[in-house]
This record gives sequence, structure tokens and C-alpha cells, in this order.
Amino acid sequence: MTSSNWHFDTEKSLVESHGLKLDEFEKIVEGLGREPNLTELGIFSAMWNEHCSYKSSKYWLKKLPTSGERVIQGPGENAGVVDIDDGDVAVFKMESHNHPSFLEPYQGAATGVGGILRDVFTMGARPVANMNALRFGDPNHPKTKHLVSGVVGGIGGYGNCIGIPTVGGEVNFHPSYNGNILVNAMTVGIAKKDKIFYSAAAGIGNPVVYVGSKTGRDGIHGATMASAEFDDDSEEKKPTVQVGDPFTEKLLLEACLELMKEDAIIAIQDMGAAGLTSSSIEMASKGNVGIDINLSKVPMRAANMTAYELMLSESQERMLMVIQPKKEELARSIFKKWDLEFEVIGEVTDTKKLILHMDGEEQASIPINILVEDAPEYQRDYIVNDPSPLISFESKDFEDKDIISDLLKMISHPNLCSRKWIWEQYDHMVMADTVVRPGSDASVVRVHGTNKGIAISTDCSPTYCRHNPYEGGKHAVVETWRNIVASGAEPIAITDCMNFGNPEKPEIMGQFVECIRGMGDACSKLNYPVISGNVSLYNETNGEGIYPTPAIGGVGLIRDLSNTMTIDLKNEGNVLYLIGESDNHLGNSHYLSIIQNREDGGTPSINLDDELKNGKFILNCVAKKLLKSVHDVGEGGVLVAIAEMCISGKQGIKIDITKDFLHGFFFGEDQARYLVEVSQNKLEQLEIDASKSAVKIERIGEIGGTSISINSIGEVELSSIIDHHTKWFNEF
Amino acid sequence: MKTHVIVFPGSNCDRDVAVAIQNIIGSSPEMVWHKDSTINQSDLIVVPGGFSYGDYLRCGAMASTSPIMKSVIENANKGVPVMGICNGFQILIESGLLQGALMRNSSLSFICRDIIIKPTNTKTIFTNKSTISKMPIAHNEGNYFANSNQIKEIEDNDQIAFQYCDENGDINAHSNPNGSINNIAGVFNKSKNVLGMMPHPERAAESIHGCDDGRNIFESLLS
Repeated sequence: MTSSNWHFDTEKSLVESHGLKLDEFEKIVEGLGREPNLTELGIFSAMWNEHCSYKSSKYWLKKLPTSGERVIQGPGENAGVVDIDDGDVAVFKMESHNHPSFLEPYQGAATGVGGILRDVFTMGARPVANMNALRFGDPNHPKTKHLVSGVVGGIGGYGNCIGIPTVGGEVNFHPSYNGNILVNAMTVGIAKKDKIFYSAAAGIGNPVVYVGSKTGRDGIHGATMASAEFDDDSEEKKPTVQVGDPFTEKLLLEACLELMKEDAIIAIQDMGAAGLTSSSIEMASKGNVGIDINLSKVPMRAANMTAYELMLSESQERMLMVIQPKKEELARSIFKKWDLEFEVIGEVTDTKKLILHMDGEEQASIPINILVEDAPEYQRDYIVNDPSPLISFESKDFEDKDIISDLLKMISHPNLCSRKWIWEQYDHMVMADTVVRPGSDASVVRVHGTNKGIAISTDCSPTYCRHNPYEGGKHAVVETWRNIVASGAEPIAITDCMNFGNPEKPEIMGQFVECIRGMGDACSKLNYPVISGNVSLYNETNGEGIYPTPAIGGVGLIRDLSNTMTIDLKNEGNVLYLIGESDNHLGNSHYLSIIQNREDGGTPSINLDDELKNGKFILNCVAKKLLKSVHDVGEGGVLVAIAEMCISGKQGIKIDITKDFLHGFFFGEDQARYLVEVSQNKLEQLEIDASKSAVKIERIGEIGGTSISINSIGEVELSSIIDHHTKWFNEF
Repeated sequence: MKTHVIVFPGSNCDRDVAVAIQNIIGSSPEMVWHKDSTINQSDLIVVPGGFSYGDYLRCGAMASTSPIMKSVIENANKGVPVMGICNGFQILIESGLLQGALMRNSSLSFICRDIIIKPTNTKTIFTNKSTISKMPIAHNEGNYFANSNQIKEIEDNDQIAFQYCDENGDINAHSNPNGSINNIAGVFNKSKNVLGMMPHPERAAESIHGCDDGRNIFESLLS
């Protein structure tokens, strides 16, 4: 295709097919002082789509707290960086791969993992853990099973092969995702504080180097596709999904880390969404320089590729670097050793323009600032709807309900049942540093060669967000914080993955604004800043948006791994306590949705002072070695949490409590609560400490036996509980 | 003890086994790049787990033709202890050092979890300290198969190293994670100086792993 023979006033559809609005196109013409050619139009399309430009979200994201004592790099680089003492840093980020995963679940999920891994090792970190946050439609929807199998297969296929453990995650089902599943992948890496790599190009005349796989025609317009809604014809977009090769990524990882030991790399950027376009422009923009690229030099997988295709391909496992000219041969030899492409394709210039040549002809010439600083930014209209009203439930509404049979129904439901079927398909132990495996509140990996660990948790409750985006946003942050505390770690910082519907609809934008406000309040109060993240909008099919889903990935530090906590009950004779206030909040609970098929009653409100107080109390108890196991009380309430502790530890419990409203107590989802196991000789100390800290504690019962028995109600054998818990996925 | 760990493109348990060797045997192994051609003087060569060559073509098939494998085979034939773990087991089979085949798991999916194995022959350099042990598996192709003549041969010659079993040591269908014939988890060559096994002893080698039963294999080599 050439650009010479067509005129844009007759080609509105071409502009629109590039996902650009006509006023955005006019802005391009104004900036360039002429009409763009096709390659340039493609470049603008790639840079100005929602996925790459954050044009609807940027204004609001700036309101989140992003700094703190431990923050070394906040949002804006390939991944965020936090200090974990002793000259070590943790590098992490979470990213969405929603649209591709719905179209082609295996490759969509696999390349989501590949992309986030590259973001982390680009910074100079060796990835040490993968996590994920997944949402699927109704368990009975005809597509759900296929999508779950494909996504789980793709995540495992990529992570297992490259040899980075997938240590945990979360999975939920809700009909709002029937036409638009969410696949959010997170990677945590470890680096040395003085060996972090950034993306700002520098040094006029320095070589721009392409490394990794060859470029093919796969994934062209992937980022643009991910910035649009789905409709009935979305299947046709399948060719925009990339194909992953974890083996090549493993080679790329090792080659990059080997080169990073040398003083050779000035800047490095992975080629992710919008491939060569966004990587070259990001590097030039950050360094306030220009870049010239000779596209004829780009290693190509297919014959006769055009400038347009080369710039927009999202072929995987590629990196762009600016290197020290003197180290070119050394760098080349390292990539040759790993059988990877290594090609000098351009140089850093002082023009502050991206200039492309191919076969001796200029293909594009665009000032970088037009692409980046002048990119559209919208303050979209928004409406904040009133939160769903709170309903106060009473004991008499539940008189005919049986607690034990309700418990069994709940723990066998897809949203609360065991995820073992999933995590057993992930290698969660490779690297031999996994300390807490999937299935606990947070997963823990050791920092290699030390006695400290990183605790990681991903979480979000979309139902809470749907019915009260402010409290839901707070909750998503707080839930990961609590999970990290429950593992015995000091929470440090989060990454976020903001999955929402069409931001051009004021009510969707209102959800976004309110979730951000809630997240910001929680992050500020808990000193738990946002250091990286990603926004995925237009998660809609045929005009129906998903539930607002601000998925959070939290990271914490355990200085001494002997203080690591898990949820499994340890010993007969120990006592289980509930920490925190209970107020029978059944609104929007799993109990209501699973047992009564209702979605109302309001989102529980979160008292951030209580969260902080109770969390600090738990960490103090951990430091004093008072606790044997800890579990945060989350989805499903107290009794589900107790059952999970029993299942995990293969221990029974005799619950001995007196309450007027047992259903409210056992299944209410009040916040800021934990269950803790304490040995008999530490009970007194726990009670003294709780009283000093003004923390409410309640004795729940004594551990032992082969069943969960509840005084005055009855009992159920652990073996039956385990059968119910594992049944759904085992029959999947 | 002078030990060597082979590194193929796509190996990903090379570091893990090196750490276990360092911790248990007490000296760090020499990491040998697959394009090297000789290993002189070794007391133990480990072919580690991972996805050599991305498992393309067939697990272990391409790695078995790497330049270094010629030397591994020569050393094995001279009696040097050679141990293949997971993908390393697949490579040793593909290279002809061990009998049988490793097919796709009967569940048709990757399996990562703890299993229990029982040593079938405890009179070898690898198993003289072995008892019933818990350790993880993590593989997609660990379903061991050998035809009836081969099975008879390896049984008659005490070449079965480990079998999957339950907590009581009973070898039954329930404790077989991947469909392996006769619950076979690992085999020796005829002279018992080459061991291939699917479970990962290096992932059960210190208390932080939750179980350190894997140590006994490395400790056996010391005695």
C-alpha cells in the first residue's frame, strides 16, 4: 500500500477503522502541518488508542498516591520498583490481556504472561513470581468452560516453560463477564538497587538495537482492537491476537540479564502493545531525543512486509535497546550465544522526531512531542450514581435455614470452591524459592540466597464495586493489604489493573472515578502507594459493560521467613480467635448470591482506621510469635474462612459461641477481620495485647477432631467438607 | 566431589539443582553449556529439568543431540553417575541411556503437586539412603511406558528406581499421578550408574520447601 493516491476527506472510514475520531485526525493534520501517510496514520492510531495513551484515565490516575519511603520508581516506566532492604529491590506490575483472551484464550493469556514478564525483566530484574486475577462469565454459560481451560492452559503453558513459578491468583465467575472475560497477569522480579534499567534513550549517534524474535504479521492493531468494544462479529478479530513462544522468551530473558551485567545498555524497552511504534517513541520521548530507524534492517519473519506492518506488528519476544557503541560486539556475541536476532536498526538523533526509512525512501517523519505530549487527553463526563441501599437483615429471616447445609452449598460454589485444579496446572515451585504455595491468603517467595521473602496477593470484589464503587475501590486495596498482613508481611505497595466498560458512558466513567477515589483513600491511609498499573477500558459486548473491576496486586516484605504465616490449622488443642468487629453485614455477600440468588443489600463499608489498627495488631502478634496460623475473613464470611483453615490443615474444630443472629455472624462480610490460631500457653498474652491495643477479639473454639462442629447446631465431617470443596473443578 | 550440571537452552531447574548440590554435597557444581563438547573427570553429572528447546519436536529429543550429550554418554558408559530429573529424564531416554518412553500425562494436563515415591532398589549409589519420600512433580509428559519385554527386563534386573505410592507405601492406581505403567517414577540403566526420575528432589531439599525428603538422593551419593 502507498499513501499517494487517496484523500482523507473521502476516506473517513479509514480514519475510523484506525480507531481514531475525526477531531483526533484533525489534530494530527494540524500537528504535522499536512495529512499523514498510511504508515503515519497507523502510528498515530497505535499511540493514541486508549490502551497506549490512557486518554480517558490519565487525569484521574494522577490522583492516586504514588510515592513512599520505599518507592524507587512509580508509574511511568515498564514496571514499578520498591526497596526491600540490603540493596535489593522488588520490581512489579500487573497488566490486562482481556480482549485477546476472549478471542483466543490460550494464546491471549499466554502472551499476557509473556508481556508482563518482559516489562519486569526490562527493568533489570529476574522475574521470581507470576500471579493473576481472572474473571469469567456465568459458570453455566456455554463458553465459560472453554475459556477457563484455555486461559489456565495458556498461563501455565507460558510460565511453566519459561520457568517462573505461578504462585497464586484469584478467579471469579459472574454473568457480567459472559461476553468479556478479564485476564490480568502480574509479575514480580528482584533486582539490585544499583542495577535498575530505564527506557530513556540518550547519546546522539548511539545505536538503536533490535533483539529477540523476528517480526511477523501477527498482532497488527492488537492495541487498537483492545481499545474497542466487542460485538457479534468480534470473532473476526482473532488474527489481531499474537502467538507466544515462551522458549524464545526464556532465551531473551537470559540474554538480557547476561548483557545487563556488562556496562552496555543505556536504555531498554520491551516491544509490547503497538510493538516497534510504542517502544521507539517511548524511548525517544523519555530521553527527549529523536530516533531514526531503517526498517529494512528489522529482522522479518514474512516476505514483503511493509513499513506499516513492521511498525504495527505485535510479534512477541522482542526488545529495543540503546547501547554503548563500544559494547556492540560484546552484546552481539551474547545474543548470538542464545541464538537470538541482534540487529542495529537505527540511531539516536537530536531531531526529536521519529524518522523511518525503508528501501532508501522516507516512510514517516513525526515530531515525538505531537505523538506523546499532544496526545488527546479527555476529562470525560461522569455521573456518580447513589450506592445500592443497605439492607439490615434480621435473625427471623433465617429461622428455617440450616447453617451446615448452607456452608456446604457455599464452599462447593464455583466462586468459593477449591482452585487446586487450576494451580496444579501451574508450576508453582520452579526456582525452588516458593515458601507459601497457592491457596493461602498471600503467596510467599524467598528472595534467593537470603532469609527474607516477598508476599504477593491479587484481589478485587467486582460486586462490591458495582454497588458502591467508592467502597469497592477501597475494598480491593484493603483486601490485598489484609492478605499480605495475614502472611506475616509488611505491606509495601500495589500495582493496579483498572478494568472497566466504555468510558464514553458517563455512568461507567463515574464508576471509574469513584473506584479511584476509594483506592486513593485506602492507599493513603495504609501508606500503600500505587507504583505501576494498567487501564483496560471498553470491556463491553453489544453495549453491555462488565462490572467495574479494579484488580489490585499487592506486595509485602517478610524480613525473617520464620515469621511467615499460613492459613492451615496446625495443632489440636490450640484455640481459634476472631479479631475485629462483626456486625452481621449480609448485603452483597456470597451468602446472598449463592444461597438466595440475590444481589442486593449494599457493599460493606470499610473503616480504614480499624483496618490499620487490626492489621498492625496482627503483625505485632506475629513478631511476638503468638500465632500459629492466620486467615483474613473475606468472601463468604467467618464460617467459610474457618472451613478453609480446617481443609488446609486437615484439622477439625469445635466451635463454641453464642449469638442471637448466627447466619449474620457466620456469613456476614464485615471488614477488618482475621482468624488466628493460638496455642494454650499464649492465650493470656494475646488477650492482654488485644486489650492494650483496643482490638476486639472473640474466642471461636478449640481445634481438634475430624469435623467442624458447632454447639447447638450440629457437625459435619471434614472429609465431606473437602469433597464439596473440590467437587466442582474435579468434574470440570 | 566434582559435579557438573548441563545447561541447555530452556533448562530452568539448573540453578535449583546447583543450589541443592551446594547445600547437600557441599561444593558448587560446574555449569556446562550444552555447546561444550567435553566433561573431564566428574563424580556426578546432572541433566536438569526444564523445557530444553521449548519441548519442541518431542520433549528431550533436540537436547539429546546437543554436542555435550556425546560426552555425557561416554562418561555414563565409563560408570560416572548421571542423573536426569524431569526434562533431564526425558533427555536421557531420548539419548538412549535409559529405556522406555515418557508420554503425555493421562489427565492430558500439566501436573504440579507433591507425590510420594518408594525406592524399589536401595542398593544403588543414588538410593542407599532412600526411604518412602515426598517431593513435587511438575510435568506434562511424565507418563512412563515400556513394552512388556522391556518391563520384564528392567524388573528382572532391578532397574526400577522409584514407584509412586501412598502414605503407607502402597503402590496403587490412586497414588499414580500421571498414568505411568506400574507406577514407575524413575528407572536406572543396567549398571545402575544412570538414574532418570520425574519427581524433583531439588525442590524438597530444605525446610523452607515444606519437606526435605529429596536430600536423601544427594546424601546417598556422598556415602
